[in-house]
Amino acid sequence: MTAPQPLLDIRNLEKRFELDRGFLETLKLRGGKLVQEKREVHAVNDISLQVAPGEALCVVGESGCGKSTVARLIAGLLTPSAGEIHYGGDRIDNRSRRAMMPLRKKMQMIFQNPYASLNPRMTIQQALEEPVRYHNPTLSQGEVRDKVADVMRAVGVDPSWAGRYPHEFSGGQRQRIAIARALTVDPEFIIADEPISALDVSIQAQVLNLMLEAKEERGLTYLFITHDLSVVQHFGTKVAVLYLGSVCELSDTATLFENPKHPYTQALLSAVPQLKDDHPNHIRLRGEIPTPINLPPGCPFESRCAHANSRCQSEQPRPLLQPDGALVACHAVEEGRLDG
Amino acid sequence: MSLLSVRDLCVKFAMRDNTVTALNQISFDLAKGERLGIVGESGAGKSITGFALMNLLSRPGFVDSGNILFQGDDIAQMSDAQMRRIRGNRMAMIFQDPMVTLNPVLTIGQQMVETLMAHRKLSKSEAEQIAIVKLREVYIPSPAERLKQYPHELSGGMRQRIIIAIALLLDPQLIIADEPTTALDVTIQADIMELLLELCETNKVGLILITHDLGVVSQMTERTLVMYAGRIIEAGRTREIINDPQHPYTQGLINALPQQTAPGQRLKQIPGNMPSLTAIPSGCPFAPRCEYVQDHCRTDAPETVKYTHVEVACHEVNRLHSDKAEEMTR
Repeated sequence: MTAPQPLLDIRNLEKRFELDRGFLETLKLRGGKLVQEKREVHAVNDISLQVAPGEALCVVGESGCGKSTVARLIAGLLTPSAGEIHYGGDRIDNRSRRAMMPLRKKMQMIFQNPYASLNPRMTIQQALEEPVRYHNPTLSQGEVRDKVADVMRAVGVDPSWAGRYPHEFSGGQRQRIAIARALTVDPEFIIADEPISALDVSIQAQVLNLMLEAKEERGLTYLFITHDLSVVQHFGTKVAVLYLGSVCELSDTATLFENPKHPYTQALLSAVPQLKDDHPNHIRLRGEIPTPINLPPGCPFESRCAHANSRCQSEQPRPLLQPDGALVACHAVEEGRLDG
Repeated sequence: MSLLSVRDLCVKFAMRDNTVTALNQISFDLAKGERLGIVGESGAGKSITGFALMNLLSRPGFVDSGNILFQGDDIAQMSDAQMRRIRGNRMAMIFQDPMVTLNPVLTIGQQMVETLMAHRKLSKSEAEQIAIVKLREVYIPSPAERLKQYPHELSGGMRQRIIIAIALLLDPQLIIADEPTTALDVTIQADIMELLLELCETNKVGLILITHDLGVVSQMTERTLVMYAGRIIEAGRTREIINDPQHPYTQGLINALPQQTAPGQRLKQIPGNMPSLTAIPSGCPFAPRCEYVQDHCRTDAPETVKYTHVEVACHEVNRLHSDKAEEMTR
C-alpha cells in the first residue's frame, strides 16, 4: 500500500501538565510523614496520527479526553512533553517562536467561541487586515483591502460592514468572520476546535457549508475537533476517537459508522439521540471518565467497559490494524471476545 | 382537567423608551403526566416561557397579559408568598448548568434537607431519610455519604442527578427542565435522559423539556412546540412534527441537520438569522428567511390553524402542501 506523504505526522505525542508547580505544593502528608510528590495531568498519551493532504481528520471524544490539547500542540500553542510533530516533512514541535512564524501562514486555527476569539476593540477590517499585513509585508494598502474584501465576500459577510465591531454581529456571522480571518493568509491546513458547537442548528449548517466550500475551492486540509458525531459523519474523511488522552479507534468515517469496533466507540455512537427512532437501544456505560491524574495501568476504558477482564486491568492495549483498515486499541477486539 | 393551561400569554421587557415583546400570545396545555418538548433556537423565547411558568421573571421582564393556570390556579396573578409554596413543591425546575444551580458552600445534604423542611413539618433526621431515598432513586451510589459532600466533589453527571433528585424531593406534578443535558457529554446525556424518562413515567410527573436538540425532543416527548421569535409556530405530536413538519421553519430546522444530507454534500441551510426581539418584522416573523414567502406574509401575522395533524402558524401551509403532493406524484 502506498500512502501519499502525510501533511501532518504526529508520532507518539505526549503532554503532561504539572499540577504542583511550587516546592511547597509538592509537599504532601502521607501517613504522618511529609513527602515530596508531584502530581501530573496526563492529557495526551502516546498518540500517533497522520493527516494526508486534502483530508479532514475529525477528532472526537468527550470533555477531558485531550482533543483540544492535541489541537493546541499541533498549532504550537503548547509544547509536547514527548513525541514529535512533523509538518510537510519537517519537524515543528521543537521550533522557536520565530522559526514557527512562516508556518503560521500555512496553518491557521479556528476556535470554539467567536465572542472570545475576536478582539472587541478592533473593527472587522482591522482584525482581518492584521494577519494579511503581517504575513505579506510587500502588499500595498489597496491590495490588502482587496484581499480582505474578497475573503469577506467568500464567507458571506458584506464587505461594506468592515468598519463595524464584533459586538454588532450575530454569533454565526462572528464565526464566519473568524473563519475569514483564518482564510486571509491562504493557509493549507486548518485546525478547527469545536467551531460550530456554540452556534444554533440553522447557523451550524451555514458555517459547516462554508467550511466545506473552503475545503473544495482552496484544497484545504482540516483537523476538526468536535464532540458532535453527526457533524463527524458529514464532514470527516477520517475519524480518531479519543478516550482519556489515548486513541481507541482510528478509521475511515464510513467504516467507523458502519462497523464501530471499540466498545467505547460503540457506546458513543449508540448514545447519540436519533431523530426517527422511538426507543433507542443505547449501551449503558458504568460510571464516568476517570481523572487523568492517576491513569490506570491498563486500558484507560477498563473501568467502564462491559468486556473488561484481568488483562485489560494490567496491560495497555496497542492499536492494531483490522482487516477493514481500522486501527483499534482493545484487547477484547484483538482476542475476538466481542464477536457473537 | 389539564395539569397546566397557558392562554394567550404575553411577556414583555421594559426598555428605556419602549417595551419589547418576548412572548407573543403563547397558548398550550399539558395533561397530567404528559411530556412536552419546547424547541427553538437561542432567542426564540423557550427559556422565558420556562421562567414565566415558574413565575421567576424578574424586572425588566413582566407578564403583560394572559393566564397560566396550574391545577386551576393562575400563577401569573400570584404573590411571591403564594408562589413560594408552589415552587419546588408542586412544580420544580431543572436548569442547564448544575454547578450554578447547586450552592457551592452547602453540602448536598444541607441543600436537600433545607428544601424539605421549608415545605413540610419534618425533623432533620426524617428529612435526611427522604433525601437518601430520593438519591437512591436517581441511582447515586452510597447516598448517605453523598449527603456530606460538597458539589465540587462530584462530577457533572452526578451533580445533574442530584439536581433531579432535589426536583423530585416533594413529589411535584410538573418538572420544567431547561436544557438539562446540554452541558453534559453524550454518554452521560443518554443516561440522564433515560433516568428522567423513567422517573416521569413511574411517578406520573408532567415534564416540559426545553431544548435546542431535536434528537432529544424526539426521544423524550409526546408533544412538541416549535418556537420562533417569541411565538409558537407549530405544535403537535412529536412523532408527526419530526416525520412530517408543516411550517417552513420546522422543515428548515430538521433539514439543516447533518444526518439529513449525504456525507460531504452541502447542507440545506436556512438563510439569515432569527430577528432580534427589538426588530421583529411585522407580519410573519419568519418571512424574511422563508423560501415560500408571499406579499401578505410580510404584512399580516398568520393565525394558528389546524392543518392535518398539527397546529401551524403559516399563511402558505396549504399551498406548501399541495406543492409537495405535486412533487410526489411527478
